[in-house]
Amino acid sequence: MRLAELRVLVLRSQGTNCDAETAHSIRETGAGAEVVHVNKLLRGRRSLEEFHALVLPGGFSYGDRIRSGAVLAKLLASRLRRELQSFVEEGKPVLGICNGFQVLIETGLLPFGEVGEPMLALAKNASARFEARWVHLLRGAATPFTEKLPRVSRMPVANAEGRVVLPLGREQRLLEELEENNQIPLRYCSPQGALAHGEYPLNPSGSFADIAAIATPEGNVMGMMPHPERAFHRYMYPDWTRNGAQGKGDGYRIFQGMLEYAAGRL
Amino acid sequence: MKWEVRIAYKRGVQDPEGETTLQALKMLGFEKVERVSTAKLFIIEGECSREEVERMCRRLLANPVSQDYEIRRLAD
Repeated sequence: MRLAELRVLVLRSQGTNCDAETAHSIRETGAGAEVVHVNKLLRGRRSLEEFHALVLPGGFSYGDRIRSGAVLAKLLASRLRRELQSFVEEGKPVLGICNGFQVLIETGLLPFGEVGEPMLALAKNASARFEARWVHLLRGAATPFTEKLPRVSRMPVANAEGRVVLPLGREQRLLEELEENNQIPLRYCSPQGALAHGEYPLNPSGSFADIAAIATPEGNVMGMMPHPERAFHRYMYPDWTRNGAQGKGDGYRIFQGMLEYAAGRL
Repeated sequence: MKWEVRIAYKRGVQDPEGETTLQALKMLGFEKVERVSTAKLFIIEGECSREEVERMCRRLLANPVSQDYEIRRLAD
């Protein structure tokens, strides 16, 4: 299938605020994107099946009440469980950005692709603040989303709850399992590509093992804390006056990877 | 019926707001304070049993990886 024939669903709910620029990024990459409100899916007026890929954009779904992403996640997990599960099992790509990453964890889809009780948490940043800053990311496990990225990429984070927490007492074992299954595609690092080792602000949230993104073992579902749609063009970078404003940014590579993968399998 | 549900980070999960509050209290001269933890409180009213309130905690109010919940019945 050609990229232009792809239809990508950008899922919106009350409080989502990165849907327009995320849809715009997908269109600029060459595919079709449609922003659909979750209520339309819940009422059966639209269906996940119409689409080749799903993106859960950033923002503050349901006002970040209870926990970031929790309300939207529980709605999806209880009312659209079967559709969502089969979408994932068909191998269609699902990308969660920031709040979308929180949603994917709260549905249980991350880390092992099964809708159910969450096995991870995204807790309040160690700084106890909303962190909005550019970070460096070290490419790790290969996924369709990250394979086109350079070894070290740059994108901004903007979140209050971005600290990946693994179950107490089982952190090391689960980390090893995630590593063995190639489930950690991006980690926070220095500009030279040395792991942050929890050091602030290289690791902006205090995230366990510098984890910035998690994917399923199959690789078609990924959640990431940084915002690729905010690093789509070089002119969006803070150093564009010094280091050039021409060309695409690293965020573009995320969308390119996802869409070429989706086009290739159809 | 009236239920109080308290959601807090598990012991062992860093509580950044608690830590910041501890530092601030010390700066104000409250030197005997050793530890501050934060929690979120929900008051749930309706004809619900304790088991139902527990299900609410497990399904929505708490993330079982990072948070604990405590349920207490309040006087009506």
